[in-house]
Amino acid sequence: MFAGFVNALRSEGVKVSLLEYLTLLGAMKAKVALFDVEDFYFLARASLVKDERLIDRFDRVFALCFRGLQSVHGALLADIPEAWLKQLAERFLTEEERAAIERMGLEKLMETLRQRLMEQQGRHEGGSKWIGTAGTSPFGAYGDNPEGVRIGQDGSRRRSAIKVWDKREFRDLDGEVELGTRTLKLALRRLRRWAREGEANELDLSGTIQATAANGGSLDLRMRPERHNKVKVLLLLDIGGSMDDYVEESAQLFSAARAEFKHLETWYFHNCPYEKLWRNNRRRFDATTPTLEVMNTYGPDWKLIFVGDATMSPTEISEPGGSVEHWNEEAGAVWMARLLKRFPNSIWINPRDSRAWNSAASIRLLKQMMAERMYPLTLDGLEKGLRELQRGR
Amino acid sequence: MQDRPRFATTDRYIATRDLEVAVNAAVALQRPLLVKGEPGTGKTVLAEEVAGALGLKLIQWHIKSSTKAAQGLYEYDAVARLRDGQLGDEKVHDIRNYIKRGKLWDAFTADNPVVLLIDEIDKADIEFPNDLLLELDRMEFFVYETGETVQARQRPIVIITSNNEKELPDAFLRRCFFHYIRFPDKEVMEKIVAAHYPDIKRALVREALTLFYDMRDVPGIKKKPATSELLDWLKLLMIEDIPLEVLRAKDPKMVIPPLHGALLKNEQDVHLFERVAFLARRGQ
Repeated sequence: MFAGFVNALRSEGVKVSLLEYLTLLGAMKAKVALFDVEDFYFLARASLVKDERLIDRFDRVFALCFRGLQSVHGALLADIPEAWLKQLAERFLTEEERAAIERMGLEKLMETLRQRLMEQQGRHEGGSKWIGTAGTSPFGAYGDNPEGVRIGQDGSRRRSAIKVWDKREFRDLDGEVELGTRTLKLALRRLRRWAREGEANELDLSGTIQATAANGGSLDLRMRPERHNKVKVLLLLDIGGSMDDYVEESAQLFSAARAEFKHLETWYFHNCPYEKLWRNNRRRFDATTPTLEVMNTYGPDWKLIFVGDATMSPTEISEPGGSVEHWNEEAGAVWMARLLKRFPNSIWINPRDSRAWNSAASIRLLKQMMAERMYPLTLDGLEKGLRELQRGR
Repeated sequence: MQDRPRFATTDRYIATRDLEVAVNAAVALQRPLLVKGEPGTGKTVLAEEVAGALGLKLIQWHIKSSTKAAQGLYEYDAVARLRDGQLGDEKVHDIRNYIKRGKLWDAFTADNPVVLLIDEIDKADIEFPNDLLLELDRMEFFVYETGETVQARQRPIVIITSNNEKELPDAFLRRCFFHYIRFPDKEVMEKIVAAHYPDIKRALVREALTLFYDMRDVPGIKKKPATSELLDWLKLLMIEDIPLEVLRAKDPKMVIPPLHGALLKNEQDVHLFERVAFLARRGQ
């Protein structure tokens, strides 16, 4: 019955299974939702989507598949770049002006919208023909055409009906969104590795039973060590300069990592690691530690995570003396290679928007040195990166 | 047409329409309902309310990090049997004396259908939900020690809550209905407050809610106050009989709302809020 809808969902990345589809049909048959498109929407959402991060996508597909189900004087949702629709300004019209705006019929409105969507190439604002924001054209958000079609707008502006799925209330939960400490912690949890280590202070029940049986029935208690999280992480944080914009994200990552691992060592560097690292940024000039010493302190079983925007002049990586803060005898690239050789299990987490990566030569360079193991500081990126770390090499 | 009462908003528990639909779907199809949402939005209370609304008994199973799926079915106390065996106790000949029933067993064999709450399923080991798949699907399990099969007399209504600490396996998710409890907006929140404190002064609620939502909007706050915290705070305000003017105060010395300890749970947030509030006052 709704096979087309389910297919559309699957192609948008909401992996609906046959079982879930049948569940929905079963619930329809059991009359959970009766003749009410909103109830149907809630029911479909509860049975087909199992992850709040996907609800926003579900909303969009639902809007596309079931538009026209209700009499529309509210909204139609189209795939229009968000930037167009950002709220900029709003023009308030008088009653006469509003009445004066050309009133088109609904059919014609939709038809014209489709045409204009094809014609239009860029963002548009004001004016009375194109789709965009704050205009008197019948299309777009925050405008004031009394019969207009609203596209992806936040609230109900003139109290005309807006469909619940069009509100896109779950947009914030989409997987691409950047993270709070808590979500970071959850992502970091992936790295946990449990192992039994240390003093034997836990009763090994099955061992005891076996030993007792072997002992002819007289009790023989066996103990074993408790489980501990064994993963060891070495965190190298870029600090200062262009990283200032990302201080908050990095701090969140740091505090999340702190809570999650028993073995976590943090060191700072600036732009690119050279021969010195430091632990306390306030004392970065007088309390540094040679990088070699750090490398010798921690074994190759430590996992190395760089956090930095990798945005600098390429010479800071490739040339001796390239550092902006001091004279370095050996190029950053040499130190990177040494670190990567010592800690084969490593990733680079970059708080910059991954779409901008290709435009910076230094990012391309470092990404290449990391053998593509550079990930954005988003939930998805972090998960991919940690999966890579876990895989080991 | 309807053989059971439907779940709907009650005097005490305000359910949004989407929650009602999800619960009724889960009840009608007898599948588990998975509920997620910010802490303090009433996930656990939901199970109590569903049980209340449908007039059923509630069995609660709170999950801890050490909980094993098998504990929900039954546990075989081998050590007790061993000890009895060595003491020559007669009980030892019947293995059933050493099998302790778990919550699922209780729920399956109850005389009337029950609501089974599996609380915070994400606390347990990552394999935990998978280990319960078959049991929740078929509503039966096999007891190896005695060779009997425990079958549900009536399928219980299963409500599962999760705080998102771990991803749940797909196979498990496919068998559930899912609902994400959004943080209530102001309108719903007023109803929730009215449901809890029917005698509260409306003006107080309005002022407090404005403050509360402002507080949630402060950027960078670590732990946003949630519904349960708001309710605690309102109760304190009522007990202390804080006059309205204090909440509305524009007094520059009073930068932070009274009794804020109920809302902000760590000192960084308190500092942050003080700073923001101070700047806002100065701007006026």
